[in-house]
Amino acid sequence: MKFFQPIKKLVLITLVFQPFISSAQTDNDAIMMNKFQSCTGATYMHSQWTNYWEGTLKRNNANIGTVTTQSVMAMSNYGITDNLNVMVGLPYVWTHASAGTLHGMKGFQDISLFVKWKPITIPVGNGKFSVFAIGGFSTPTTNYIAAYLPLSIGLHSTNLLGRLMAYYKNGMFFLRASATYVWRSNITIDQPSYYTTELINSNKVQMPNMMTYNGSVGIYRKYLIAELMLDNMTTLGGFDMRRNDMPFPSNKMNSTSLGVHAKYTLPFYTHVSIVAGADQVLGGVKVFGKNILMPRNVGQSTTLSLGAFYAFYVKHNSKNSSLLNNQ
Amino acid sequence: MKKIIFFALVVMISPLMITQLSCNKSIHQVTANIPALNPSNEDTAAGTWKLILLSRPDSFAVAAPAATNSSGYIADLNEIKGLQRNLSSADEQKINYWAAGNVLRWNETMRDLVAKYNLPPYQNADGTYPIPSSANPFAYPNFPFSNPPYAARAYAYVSAAQYDALVACWHYKQLYNRPAPYKVDSNVQAKVTRTSLPAYPSEAAVLAGVTAEMMKSLFPDEIANIQQKAQEAELAAIESGAAARSDINAGEALGRQIADLFIARAKTDNASVAVGNPTIWANLASQTAATGQTPWQSLEVPARPPMLPLFGNVKPFLFDSATVASLRPGPPPSTSSTDMTQQVKMDYDQIKSPTREQIRIVQFWADGVGTYTPPGHWNYIAATDFITQNFSEVRWARNLALLNMAEMDAGIICWNTKYFYFNPRPTQIDPAVKTLTGVPNFPSYISGHATFSAAAATILGHIIPSQASKYQAMSQQASDSRFISGIHTQIDCSTGLQVGEAVGNYAVTRAMNDGAE
Repeated sequence: MKFFQPIKKLVLITLVFQPFISSAQTDNDAIMMNKFQSCTGATYMHSQWTNYWEGTLKRNNANIGTVTTQSVMAMSNYGITDNLNVMVGLPYVWTHASAGTLHGMKGFQDISLFVKWKPITIPVGNGKFSVFAIGGFSTPTTNYIAAYLPLSIGLHSTNLLGRLMAYYKNGMFFLRASATYVWRSNITIDQPSYYTTELINSNKVQMPNMMTYNGSVGIYRKYLIAELMLDNMTTLGGFDMRRNDMPFPSNKMNSTSLGVHAKYTLPFYTHVSIVAGADQVLGGVKVFGKNILMPRNVGQSTTLSLGAFYAFYVKHNSKNSSLLNNQ
Repeated sequence: MKKIIFFALVVMISPLMITQLSCNKSIHQVTANIPALNPSNEDTAAGTWKLILLSRPDSFAVAAPAATNSSGYIADLNEIKGLQRNLSSADEQKINYWAAGNVLRWNETMRDLVAKYNLPPYQNADGTYPIPSSANPFAYPNFPFSNPPYAARAYAYVSAAQYDALVACWHYKQLYNRPAPYKVDSNVQAKVTRTSLPAYPSEAAVLAGVTAEMMKSLFPDEIANIQQKAQEAELAAIESGAAARSDINAGEALGRQIADLFIARAKTDNASVAVGNPTIWANLASQTAATGQTPWQSLEVPARPPMLPLFGNVKPFLFDSATVASLRPGPPPSTSSTDMTQQVKMDYDQIKSPTREQIRIVQFWADGVGTYTPPGHWNYIAATDFITQNFSEVRWARNLALLNMAEMDAGIICWNTKYFYFNPRPTQIDPAVKTLTGVPNFPSYISGHATFSAAAATILGHIIPSQASKYQAMSQQASDSRFISGIHTQIDCSTGLQVGEAVGNYAVTRAMNDGAE
């Protein structure tokens, strides 16, 4: 069900003054549905932060307290062929601040559609090496408010995503790395003017594009897949929050998170699998006295997720009827 | 299978293609490419219009200009021709930017500055708050914190000073009647609308001088940027063929002298002590408690001192200080009354599940932290409509002065009322009342948005009668937005509208008697 990772990622980067959380999916992106196979289910996600970065200054805010974002995301994917999958997902999101007076928001967020293609698989040593190309699209399903950070449920841009991913598996171990370019449409807000680094007299907001990078290492067994994942989100442009200002959708939101994800398929009933994940946004790392991977304009969130999926064949596949992961 | 692979390729490549096609996501700002100002009436008699602070239009002398056949003036013309021969596209853009109207552009600059400085200071380690100091404006928290009362007063001073300066400018233009360079010399191109308005002293330079001086006193951190902007405006006037260097020099000197008069008033209008001190803050609470009413408390953590509690003592523009108390409305329902309980319950019932349209209305009018404030929003509304009216520069200044004096005086009465009653916010009375925007850090009764908006709608409806009902509807909506957002009771809003209208009518009275109608 790895397939869901790209979906999840896109949904999360549209989330709010909120750290990019890497996939809460437990599986590895490199798994493909077999032809005619579908996997459908839902994931609950709970993400919260108390500290955040105002520009690069780490702080908290007693007038917000702890911000909690929860979501339930319905997802489905389908194998058109063994090497070509399509996926769709839609989350319902709700937000809450533990202190202060601000009213939380809730609603359906962005629908996402992905096509995932595995054009190359070659043996390398005792293992095998694959290359994936993934294209994605997401767009808001409702007119939710974007410029109400940190409590808006999303940023309301329509996004296009292109990703290249490399995957190597040898015995029970695997490595994976990917780079993703996310193009984000401009958004329309309720205010007729707003301030970035200058006053903009328009209700349109220019949304900077983003890059995300992801690397993971994991083990792959018949019923269990587990991985350690490092994920980086870098906004290509955007501006820093000013001292004691509120966040804004076109802020430069950068973050790096470390996560552990697992997927377990029930051995006695392989239709069903359980996914779980935990991710933590990291502070900057000092290398030779220089801060690298410094978070900017995001919350230091801790995210937990838990989901259940049901796998089945929509049509009979004469070559393969396994419900286990094809990797 | 091939089809499928082709489809997959298309899907994956299309994001990149679309990215290429629409890589230019830059935002079109509403006044970016508007045409040059083209006054339907040059208001040649504006030199006789009623002044605000200046006692006479010629209180500050402007020497007679050199004749257009003098060697000095011919050198001025040569300077223009030389500049016009080498204009870059960036120069042309600046000329077009300023040609749309100098009052408009300076008003936009003011809104930018207010938004930039409208950030509440972060607390000290001990839970107290630092107060921005004009004596040390570059240290955090930078001076000023341009919150709504500060902003209302700042807009008013700039607009009032611009108005007096342009009335004086128009007086000297008629007195000396020296034509524009493009009229004197056919080799000078007119890169602005050709008019018969005399050029000496230059209205662009009068505005640059008066505005730069006013802004520098109001936003002292910005001196370098403001000075650069003033020079840009003056250079654009020369490059456009509308003004000679001598028109500029005379205009700038006049503008700066008039600014000094307004700055002197600003120093003694009581605003400098409006922030109060810990004793005053404590007394507000104890005096209110002594009357049996629940006193206002800051809902911020740590508790922040109330915003500018003595702003209600600032000297108004449109009436005298004694009138302030007479315009102050009667008290709100007692904090212990069933009326007040009912008012707060209405907030609670409303805030439970707002519609998207209600959220939109709240955000549209919120004008909170980091924005140009409600008076700035009404400047934006006014400027947007003034652009369509083909006003002369002096009428632009007059109309914005009327608007902004009304806004400042509305702010004074509103703040006077807020601190006279020191009435708690709905959320203080019932913490279950969540809000759709930040709760402002000052007492509830009466709504600032309602007061500012009704004052603005009243004077704008007089200036552009065909839009009066639109302004009234906007004012009502701005007021409603504060109830919808959970930060005001309906009584706060409805009373604010009444008070704002009363203040707006003082501006209307002035408008009917200032000689411009």
